Amino acid sequence: MSGAAARRTVEAVWRIESAKLVAGLTRLVGDLGQAEDLAQDALVVALEKWPEAGVPENPGAWLMATAKHRALDHFRRAKMLDRRHEDLTRRLEAERPSPEAELHAALDDAIGDDLLRLIFMTCHPVLALQARVALTLRLLGGLTSEEIARAFLVPVTTVQQRIVRAKRTLKESRVPFELPPAHELGERLEAVLGVIYLIFNEGYSATAGEDWVRPALCEDALRLGRILAGLAPEEPEVHGLVALMEIQASRLRARRGPEGEPVLLLDQDRGRWDQLLIRRGLEALERAESLRRPLGPYCLQGAIAACHARAKAPGETDWEAIVALYDALAEIDPSPVVELNRAVAVGMAFGPEAGLALVDELVSEPALKSYHWLPSVRGDLLAKLGRTEEARSEIERAAFLTQNLRERELLLGRVKSLGGHGG
Amino acid sequence: MRVMVIVKATEETEAGVMPGQELLAEMGKYNEELVKAGVMLAGEGLSASSGGRRVRFDGKKRTVIDGPFAETKELIAGFWLWQVKSMDEAVEWLKRAPFDGGAEVEIRRVFEDDDFGEAFTPELRDREARQRVEAEANAKKR
Repeated sequence: MSGAAARRTVEAVWRIESAKLVAGLTRLVGDLGQAEDLAQDALVVALEKWPEAGVPENPGAWLMATAKHRALDHFRRAKMLDRRHEDLTRRLEAERPSPEAELHAALDDAIGDDLLRLIFMTCHPVLALQARVALTLRLLGGLTSEEIARAFLVPVTTVQQRIVRAKRTLKESRVPFELPPAHELGERLEAVLGVIYLIFNEGYSATAGEDWVRPALCEDALRLGRILAGLAPEEPEVHGLVALMEIQASRLRARRGPEGEPVLLLDQDRGRWDQLLIRRGLEALERAESLRRPLGPYCLQGAIAACHARAKAPGETDWEAIVALYDALAEIDPSPVVELNRAVAVGMAFGPEAGLALVDELVSEPALKSYHWLPSVRGDLLAKLGRTEEARSEIERAAFLTQNLRERELLLGRVKSLGGHGG
Repeated sequence: MRVMVIVKATEETEAGVMPGQELLAEMGKYNEELVKAGVMLAGEGLSASSGGRRVRFDGKKRTVIDGPFAETKELIAGFWLWQVKSMDEAVEWLKRAPFDGGAEVEIRRVFEDDDFGEAFTPELRDREARQRVEAEANAKKR
């Protein structure tokens, strides 16, 4: 095997095994930072040895055994002979099993629990949101700091700092490697779902820069969501989030025009929607609903996305059902953004006048002051009512507010299509 | 990226021999691992080609050919669709599959939008333009 080929193989194995490896090691040594260092050490050894010796039959077990060996060496060399470390050394030695036993362990549910503990840790509320995102992508998603930096358009050093600081914070706050207690579970799960959806959205509707979408980030988020659904199958909101992401991702191809410009939902060629992802999304939604618990915000948003996915043409959209779902969403998770979306649905279901009345109530909302979708929606409704002058100035304002260049072009195009002067 | 993993037919699959309990269990475990890792998007096994049909196209002429088909090794007995980061990752996953006996399983990359590149652009651009015109016409009607 050539050096380059071996290196690619090691990277591929790393992508598959790193989360399990770090999770298992964190359970053993109790510290996430140290666990990741050990895992990285094992990776370095693999990069040295595999090109010559070949890839071992069970590379995951090999990496784990190597990392544990390193941990033992480390503790012995440091001559840390206090009780805790003696215990640990003994545990590590006792846990050094044959590769076969290791394979069985890998298939065991304990690994699943470790992964779940790990994701609760990387999404822990003591961490800043960006730190949670970076740590989750790195440790659960198997992305390198360089990949994360590229995805979020920040310098690599920024990502590295976030990760270092996050690991330090987890240590200093003594965040345990445990599943949250029952009374905290809901809130903590919400934090995990929030991180995954944030990653998805950054890919789906890039907030800044020249791209309108960054599909790779959507794929990473989807993969994390699918993994989480396997780890916590009894939680309807996990399936709800997966449904939402699968269905939204089904439109990725259709919502980007040939020049990379955005194509909005109702203008999309539905033949380009990915039916496989739609089917997977609808199935996830069914799983959520079959758990017979009240629908949370992700399930409701997933259900809304499903309404669009089921409509073969824009004219077949069940807007009244969508309004009802937004009503439910506004009740359990009220926010000005939900209200704005609800107004759009009302405008479609009951006419632009009804929609505009709701949007007008939101104009003074401080949270939406610089939210470009507000003037954009308002402009649309005004245009439908034939109030072209007002419509134009609203859409111009939206174009001014957006940070995304592609969106700006789209909005300026609409100003132009409204005719008259300006544009 | 997405890949299709293509499992080729064997004399057994073509004879309609169902896999044994043990293999089924192993395959089930393997599939579960793929699902848990968020890799598997879809996967199906196919019944023997004796129940299959082919349609041959010649100009306007359509000829239906009934199975079974002769070239066993070229036939497909099943497939997966996986979501992976790279071809190397797909290879690493496939290595873990419980096949044996000289079975050869093929991995092929699924075309993505970008692969079509410039070739598709003009046609799409036309369609885009048409859509915009239609959308504007609709907007005026309202």
